[in-house]
Amino acid sequence: MKKDQKNYSKEHLLFLKKRRIDLAIVRALRVGLLLFLLLFWELSTRLGWSDPFLTSSPSRILSTIGSLYKEGTLFYHIGVTLLETFVGFFIAVAVGCIVALAFWWSDLCRRVLEPYIVVLNALPKIALGPLIIIWFGTGSKAIVFMTVAVGLIVVIMHMLSAFLETDPNKILLLRSMGASKFQILKKLVIPSSLPAFISMLKVAVGMAWIGSIMGEYLVSRAGLGYLIVYGGQVFKLDLVMSATVILCVLAAGMYFLVVLLEKILVKNTDN
Amino acid sequence: MKEKMLSFHDVKHIYHTVRGEVTATENLTFTVEKGEFVALIGPSGCGKSTLLSLAAGLLTPSEGEVSRRGSIGYMLQRDELFPWRTIEKNIRLPLEVQHRLDSESLERARTLAEKYGLGEFLQSYPSQLSGGMRQRAALIRTLAFDPDVLLLDEPFSALDYQTRLLVTQDVAKIIRSEGKTALLVTHDISEAISLASRVVVLTKRPARVAAEHELCFDGENDPLRRRENKQFSEWFELLWKELNA
Repeated sequence: MKKDQKNYSKEHLLFLKKRRIDLAIVRALRVGLLLFLLLFWELSTRLGWSDPFLTSSPSRILSTIGSLYKEGTLFYHIGVTLLETFVGFFIAVAVGCIVALAFWWSDLCRRVLEPYIVVLNALPKIALGPLIIIWFGTGSKAIVFMTVAVGLIVVIMHMLSAFLETDPNKILLLRSMGASKFQILKKLVIPSSLPAFISMLKVAVGMAWIGSIMGEYLVSRAGLGYLIVYGGQVFKLDLVMSATVILCVLAAGMYFLVVLLEKILVKNTDN
Repeated sequence: MKEKMLSFHDVKHIYHTVRGEVTATENLTFTVEKGEFVALIGPSGCGKSTLLSLAAGLLTPSEGEVSRRGSIGYMLQRDELFPWRTIEKNIRLPLEVQHRLDSESLERARTLAEKYGLGEFLQSYPSQLSGGMRQRAALIRTLAFDPDVLLLDEPFSALDYQTRLLVTQDVAKIIRSEGKTALLVTHDISEAISLASRVVVLTKRPARVAAEHELCFDGENDPLRRRENKQFSEWFELLWKELNA
């Protein structure tokens, strides 16, 4: 939108202005709502409407995060959880995409294994908890495994349906040019699945956080999930709330990274 | 004696589904000679697209023989341009697939694109082009690797009427000036009459040849002028009767 604004009619300028105001109102209301909720939370504890021992409060959360920082453990816990989440996320996405490609390639393989995938998808992964502890011990390995377990099947199902939805007419076109199956995959199936890949990443980010925090509930000695469990056990709800707030920020950050990736990668589609 | 580019000899093709079998075509015999523009018309659902797949060698007939000389270029109902590729890269696609990205072929593709008014759009994406231009780009893509026979599967049916007339005009001109042999499949009688040098009328399923006509129009090949010609309505009437016989 770098066109010379002087070329526009008065009406169009007014339209643009209205749009800008519209956007500004939405943004202001978003921030305003957050501020209002924080203020209400803070005031309700100060004025004695609620017990800060049970509900914590924004100021107590800030001071808890501050003291974690002074103890030097804040970034340690964040780092542990981030690493587990990222490693699990990347493994789930990579393995999931490869399996989905194999299923696209071999119809027999897909038809034989599909019921297994459906059942594994329905299985609550937390049920694997004891097995994971026995197989992988109580370290980060177990948590990464849990993260992969939660995300993998979703990635497979999401990508497989994207691959299978490739426009049959475009496949016909490539075949009429004499394309091999590998060429069809490389030139058509993979690039046309890019938007689906991005939307899968958005889902997988959420799954990875579920997996890593669930894993930390099960076995960990460090990380944000560990802080939450520990805080709950010793009734330090300030700690629980603080870790939760940090999680919110991190999860949002990871989501926005994916959105950024989308802006870079997905530029040209027919829609 | 002209060269036969494509011929169907006593072709039968059966479709198998779980619910049963369908004979798409039986005893089908016709030929396309070099430089001809043949239109196949038939009632809807007579298996026209199957015939093109047979012609392209994507399907093997259950019985009989399909023989073709030289390479085949296939043009579908929609342009099927890949939205993530620029027009230039779309046009190159068949060359890439056939590992013929040598400078001579690339130059040919470029020249074709420039000759037919796509020069300034080479770096654009398909979504930035109008429907007519997109279909033109699809044709240039088909011509880029210099196929001997063009197979056209109702290539204008997805366009609105106005664009359709223009694109038909366009395509007819390009195909004739490049001296290509073409086989068009359509259910649109007037399109067939305005484009073809010969029309083959098919029966209902199983499709076979009901009638064949040379259209000469006293040497007039321009689709719009053909539509204005008084022979046009006579042909239309005849073909209409044969189609609905």
